[in-house]
Amino acid sequence: MTESARPRKRIILGAFLSGVNHHTVWSAPEAGSQIAFSSFEHLARTAERGKFDFFFLAEGLALRERSGRVFDQDVVGRPDTLPVLAALAAVTEHLGLVGTLNTTFNEPYELARQLGSLDHLSGGRAGWNVVTSFDAFTGQNFRRGGYLHRDDRYVRADEFLAATHRLWDAWGEEAIVADKESGRFLRRPEDGTELGAFSFQGDQFDISGHFTTPRPPQGRPVILQAGVSPGGRDFAVRRSDAIFSPYRHLDEAQEFYRDIQRRAALAGRAPGEVKILPSASFVLGDTEADAVERHRHIARQQVTGQTAQILLEAVWNRDLSGYDPDGPLPDIDPDPEGPPVIQGRARLHQDAHQTVAEWRALAEAHDYSLRELALHVFGRTDFVGTPRQVADLIDAFVQNDGSDGFILGSHLTPTGLDEFVDRVVPLLQERGALRTEYTGTTLRDNLGL
Amino acid sequence: MPPSAPSSPTPSSYPLHLAVALDGAGWHPAAWREPGARPDELFTARYWADLVTTAESGLLDFVTIEDSFSLQSARLDGPDGRTDRVRGRLDAVLVASRIAPLTRHIGLVPTATTTHTEPFHVAKAIATLDHVSGGRAGWRVQASRPAENPHFGRRPVGHVQYTDDSPEARAFIEEHFAEAGDFVEVARRLWDSWEDDAEIRDAATERFIDRARLHTVDFDGRWFRVRGPGIVPRPPQGQPLVTLLGHGSVPYRLGARSADIVYATPHDADQARAVVAEIRAAQEEAGRGEERLHVFGDVVVLLGETRAAAQARAARLAERAGEPFTSDAPIFVGTASELADTLLEWRSAGLTGYRLRPAVLPDDLEAVVGALVPELRRRGVFRGTYAPESLRARLGLPRPANRYATTAR
Repeated sequence: MTESARPRKRIILGAFLSGVNHHTVWSAPEAGSQIAFSSFEHLARTAERGKFDFFFLAEGLALRERSGRVFDQDVVGRPDTLPVLAALAAVTEHLGLVGTLNTTFNEPYELARQLGSLDHLSGGRAGWNVVTSFDAFTGQNFRRGGYLHRDDRYVRADEFLAATHRLWDAWGEEAIVADKESGRFLRRPEDGTELGAFSFQGDQFDISGHFTTPRPPQGRPVILQAGVSPGGRDFAVRRSDAIFSPYRHLDEAQEFYRDIQRRAALAGRAPGEVKILPSASFVLGDTEADAVERHRHIARQQVTGQTAQILLEAVWNRDLSGYDPDGPLPDIDPDPEGPPVIQGRARLHQDAHQTVAEWRALAEAHDYSLRELALHVFGRTDFVGTPRQVADLIDAFVQNDGSDGFILGSHLTPTGLDEFVDRVVPLLQERGALRTEYTGTTLRDNLGL
Repeated sequence: MPPSAPSSPTPSSYPLHLAVALDGAGWHPAAWREPGARPDELFTARYWADLVTTAESGLLDFVTIEDSFSLQSARLDGPDGRTDRVRGRLDAVLVASRIAPLTRHIGLVPTATTTHTEPFHVAKAIATLDHVSGGRAGWRVQASRPAENPHFGRRPVGHVQYTDDSPEARAFIEEHFAEAGDFVEVARRLWDSWEDDAEIRDAATERFIDRARLHTVDFDGRWFRVRGPGIVPRPPQGQPLVTLLGHGSVPYRLGARSADIVYATPHDADQARAVVAEIRAAQEEAGRGEERLHVFGDVVVLLGETRAAAQARAARLAERAGEPFTSDAPIFVGTASELADTLLEWRSAGLTGYRLRPAVLPDDLEAVVGALVPELRRRGVFRGTYAPESLRARLGLPRPANRYATTAR
């Protein structure tokens, strides 16, 4: 790897609980509940033991469906994000608590209060991964659901964030005096406005009044965003502290990294002010051959025949349940314009015809069955090897500016991270790529923001 | 207690239920200036953890946590701009969630508003609190004041007040509580939208859930349509506790139809009798005559070792506040023994429990735990230990059958 003169970057690590997705191997004997608080507590304590920066929860506001029937082949059901994060604040001290929360199915006043409250209740450890949905299927669960046009999604998200910032600022920094002697509880803002007063007018929101929650300890919770399209990237560099990147190949990742840094600079952000964090998974072994074999075994549990059909259906947008997973790829064309077969999870926005053509070529070249193709495309794990190999891979990716760190998940809930913390973390700490002690108290402190 | 137990408990046959209503520094506007008050910690987890563990040390049934989308105010139509009183709150559901891992027995009943929020979000939050606390969650249902409308910008700014007696105000109240009723109905359906045994983890058939045991709720009403199913498996209690405070027929009817506990504010035994009779009649009318529905009295408590000491505290607080203390609920000033007398007298009028509102925190909470509870135990009407049971079970409420469950599979 290329060593530059600059000091080694400290790797940022987040941990997420693998719940509702095909990566979670629920059939393993040691697989635990994805609902019980003890699972969340175990994983969060493990992450804190490994001096991770934060714990991360994804969002799903409707059960996924396939041709109108609820998924039953992988994990279904999850607890509500904010109460779980608040409860985790009681059993951790330093770990950031980041939730994915939707700007379409929430209102700024309520969500700003909840995130501000989480920040108070955790002593400044709250983070928000901002997502915006225009999914009418999920919208059926909400009184104001499903109305957002796709083109308006960044308008909505941008206004939502601007409004929440205004709400978080509605109480001054030192608003609470609480002086029993003088009888003064509150200090009015210097500018003579009323305490908590706010107002925001835009295309999406026209709100005003008084906010009820004091300024969060971090000023504002840490903001994460996923943005890939040019519009998404510009939005993310303007509004977020960290970007959830989809790129795991070093060359693509470096290109994305450079592009984000360039856009961030144009948006007036200081170098290093916008962190880039892909999600990643790992499989460890005592030897490389062990790890490869273990990975092969796990991947086949993740991508069962039925799961392979469903993963391909997301692109074909056709019911493929009649196609033998061990047979060739479906010979029919995809139907991207048809009514959706898979509902309630993020749509893949690539060109379906082109993707299918690429997959056909791949299947032909390697003589892949339907399931083998799905294993090739969806069964990949980012880091497979001995603890030292995995430490090397992670460190090299970060030091070569593929990212600033990773959000790590494992196939096993809730104990999958244990061996990473026991075996990989010490190696990264040894070379100074990972902290050995927490030095601050807030999530912003953890991230160096 | 069997599910078919009679709905109107008699004083001798049931234990007394005691809850405490937590809010800021206490319910007296000058409470925060008392020597034991911790006004600079009101927005910290430590403060709330201390209060709830104190309540748990007194073996209380549950705590409620106040909340609102508007600042506390001496006025009904908006903020009063005062800087000499406690203003501001944290989200009550998250406070309760933060405390859940630190406690083992006490029920946690946060306030959540039904007016501007999504039933889907509130239902999954309370369900999750139930999972996190191992079956100790409840919900204090509350409708918004009109002054909160501009905070959301989706309803016209209203000018009527709950306290008006105009036709407009009455229509407004009817409407808000009708919406709250629909809201509770959706939440209850969502809690049942997963049958208890929906998660089967059957590796042989590659099925994680039995999808026949998940149900859409398909609610279609005036304020919202909600399809479901929910995303959270059925809570440990089946249905977390639903509670609401009422000051008149409209909320009483909603409580009689939809709640497990109605908090009311009678000021004497006769009023208690009348309120209980009205709620029991509404309960019959709603077809719930055979179900247990609790009617708790809300009482503000300001205690002292002697009556004179309590009165001296009251006087000091009133002087600090610069005005007499008023409340929607009766204000009790006296000793724990005198309070026990009053509580038992009103209980004979049909109340099944109380939600005590400490005038000063932690002082009056400590007095409830340290003096009132021992006094009630001496009289044989309060528990001496927590049984390992859910909040519903503690209140004699059965774990409800799932409305969607079918016996035939």
